[in-house]
Amino acid sequence: MLTAEVKPASTGTKKTLKVKRYKPSEDPKNTYLTDEKGLWAWMTTVDHKKIGLMYLGSVTFFFLVGGILALLLRTELLTPAKTFIEADTYNQFFTLHGAIMVFFVLIPSIPAALGNFVLPMQLGAKDVAFPRLNLASFYIYVIGAIFTFIALANNGLDTGWTFYTPYSTQSSSSVIWVTIGVFILGFSSILTGTNFIATIHKLRAPGITWGKLPLNLWALYATSIIQVLATPVLAITVLLLTMERALGIGIFDPALGGDPVLFQHFFWFYSHPAVYIMAVPAFGIISEVITTFSKKHIFGYWAIALSSLAIAFIGFLVWGHHMFTSGQSAVATTVFSFLTFLVGIPTGIKVLNWVATLYKGSIEMKTPMIYVFSFLFIFSIGGFTGIMLGTLSADIHLHDTYYVVAHFHYVMMGGTLISFLAGLHYWWPKMTGKMYNEFQAKVGAALIFIGFNTTFLPQFIMGSQGMPRRYYNYIDQFTIFHQTSTIGSYILGVGFLLIAYYLAKSLKSGEKAGSNPWGSRGLEWQTTSPPDFHNFDHTPVVINGPYDYHRPMEEFQLGLANEDKDH
Amino acid sequence: MANHSTSHPTHVHHHFVDSDQQFDTAKLGMWVFLVNEILFFGGLFCAYIIYRAWYPELFQMAALELNTFWGAVNTVVLIGSSLTVAMAIRSAQKDQMKGLKINLLITIGLALVFMVIKGFEYAHKFELGIFPGEYYTYEGIDHPQAAIFFSIYYMLTGVHAVHVLIGIGLIYWIYLRAKKGEFSSEYYTPVEITGLYWHLVDLIWIFLFPLLYLIE
Ligand code: HEM
Ligand SMILES: [Cu+2]
Repeated sequence: MLTAEVKPASTGTKKTLKVKRYKPSEDPKNTYLTDEKGLWAWMTTVDHKKIGLMYLGSVTFFFLVGGILALLLRTELLTPAKTFIEADTYNQFFTLHGAIMVFFVLIPSIPAALGNFVLPMQLGAKDVAFPRLNLASFYIYVIGAIFTFIALANNGLDTGWTFYTPYSTQSSSSVIWVTIGVFILGFSSILTGTNFIATIHKLRAPGITWGKLPLNLWALYATSIIQVLATPVLAITVLLLTMERALGIGIFDPALGGDPVLFQHFFWFYSHPAVYIMAVPAFGIISEVITTFSKKHIFGYWAIALSSLAIAFIGFLVWGHHMFTSGQSAVATTVFSFLTFLVGIPTGIKVLNWVATLYKGSIEMKTPMIYVFSFLFIFSIGGFTGIMLGTLSADIHLHDTYYVVAHFHYVMMGGTLISFLAGLHYWWPKMTGKMYNEFQAKVGAALIFIGFNTTFLPQFIMGSQGMPRRYYNYIDQFTIFHQTSTIGSYILGVGFLLIAYYLAKSLKSGEKAGSNPWGSRGLEWQTTSPPDFHNFDHTPVVINGPYDYHRPMEEFQLGLANEDKDH
Repeated sequence: MANHSTSHPTHVHHHFVDSDQQFDTAKLGMWVFLVNEILFFGGLFCAYIIYRAWYPELFQMAALELNTFWGAVNTVVLIGSSLTVAMAIRSAQKDQMKGLKINLLITIGLALVFMVIKGFEYAHKFELGIFPGEYYTYEGIDHPQAAIFFSIYYMLTGVHAVHVLIGIGLIYWIYLRAKKGEFSSEYYTPVEITGLYWHLVDLIWIFLFPLLYLIE
């Protein structure tokens, strides 16, 4: 019998606990997937793992819808004049594409889908703090989605995902259905954030101090803070906009004495932090995957952990960089520009620490790691071009051009979506117990990388030459760039289909994954794949950090000794 | 998670080690939620500050239309209800189930009084034609943006009233559970966190009252 001196999170004082090694079974009989079956059991489950999968399913569905819209938009842009859809339809498509991708895909993608699944496991907890609230958050998301679909069936929406007034108070499309949908959806995000904060504070297994918290959880923690602080401001903004349309309250409507720039302030006060709701969890995944496949301690643990919080904080102070040309005062513009440069610093710190982690690591080029390299390349371009947009003199020229479109696709798609794919391929064996076909997965990753850059690199060029954003027609000079971009988007489409194909296939005929196929030291890997309902069949005790690759595996599989099985 | 083998009391959910951990977690969750509420109202307060800075004279003129007497009565009513909800928690801690139920009922009663008074205030405004937004027809305030003041007034007090209604629902639910004998000095987490929520609803009104009614 061994003993370990650790601090249980529930009491906070040091204690000596009797521990023993629990080696996870490689061939589990009882897993969360087998213990309750049937549609009803899934729909009423409070198990964070199943809820995570339900989010994963919904996010995938919305990604499909948003993706099809994107391909239609790109197809329309094959020729300078009309190709196959009307201009009004085009406006609707880019609005819905943007709104769906931001609100229904990227915001819930990492926290609500992957985060729900792994957060309690990385903490050694049995569930999140408030499991029923977690299920409620999912249904709130579904209700928000239903409202948005009502709008789709009912005149659509053509304001752009930003709902700028005064156009959004005049448009004949169904603005109200979507703003109510977004309002409802916001609560899902807020409640998930609240749940995660409480879980990380209070449900850590004995021995998990703040300094031993996986970086994925630092990232989710910072994200949750942003969700709780920023989302309510979006809620009140869309509520005011709803009232603006329903009752003409006049706060944002210049015709009634209101101020449309105020709307922009309100909107970006949420929506810039929102880009960090998307980006920060991505950083968490990168930290996990890069250490696992370099078999090495992360370089600069605290720098990475705290820079997430720094980003969350500074991210609240830069919203005005979306409004450099809106007529806000010159002083405000200068200050916002300076603060925008500042936010690049913690992000740069992270990238440099990741690269330093690779140095002298024994790097294994598995699929998740390939996505990490894609991420480092693409996200760096996205970040640098963001700094350029934050530069006043450049932004006056580049604002509302394809340069901006390219920039935010490099950060949102190249940053968040690619690390989502990294995380999905990394945790897939844990979630399903099955391995996907590694070769096909590598081909998929390559297609995504090539398709992505083919689609969006030309947009930087045409943007800097003056191609405006959100235009249905263009002058002949831009044809070659648009056509290249469209071809790239088809490559992306093929890549995603391939991914869907081999992942689906792995469920049926994939090889058994085993408890820890990557040899990771992370706590979530020290149990069966898939885990059982309680995640672990013991109470885990942690004595090493999650990246201590110099310590032997036995030391990562400890749990309280003499425990009754029934808990 | 030390005392894992000791038996779980029934009110402790399976993923908590003990009652204390469950209590602390629930309380932290509620505090985080309240921070979110403050930001939610913060947006409206921000709109208020901006329009007040732009049209200070409008705010002075329009505030005269609001009935300070009933506003003050409502303030007292809500502060009283905060006191009774605190006493309800105290009763639960001291195992006085009767006191718990009575205090919860008084709190609900006071909240209803608040809503009724608010209802009369709204009805009076509507009679004068002081409707929100473009339905505003009142001629008594000589200012082109008069409607915007009342838009802000209706948004602030309306959203607050929705919170009061939700509070009434929650407290009634707690009352029903108290009647079933679910609470004791061992377990009163839902009473405590509902109380926290109710204090916030009260606190927001304490800001709304001077900001809207007492503009000099
Ligand atoms: C990390 C994730 C990021 C995401 C998801 C993101 C997303 C976006 C989006 C959606 C827009 C377009 C707004 C519009 O509709 O006009 C935008 C614009 C902008 N972004 Fe980012 N961004 C990110 C990071 C950054 C960074 C790191 C910087 C600079 C340090 C930055 C600077 C800007 C600027 C200045 C604009 C305004 C461009 C303009 O409207 O002219 N962004 N971003
Ligand atoms: Cu921004």
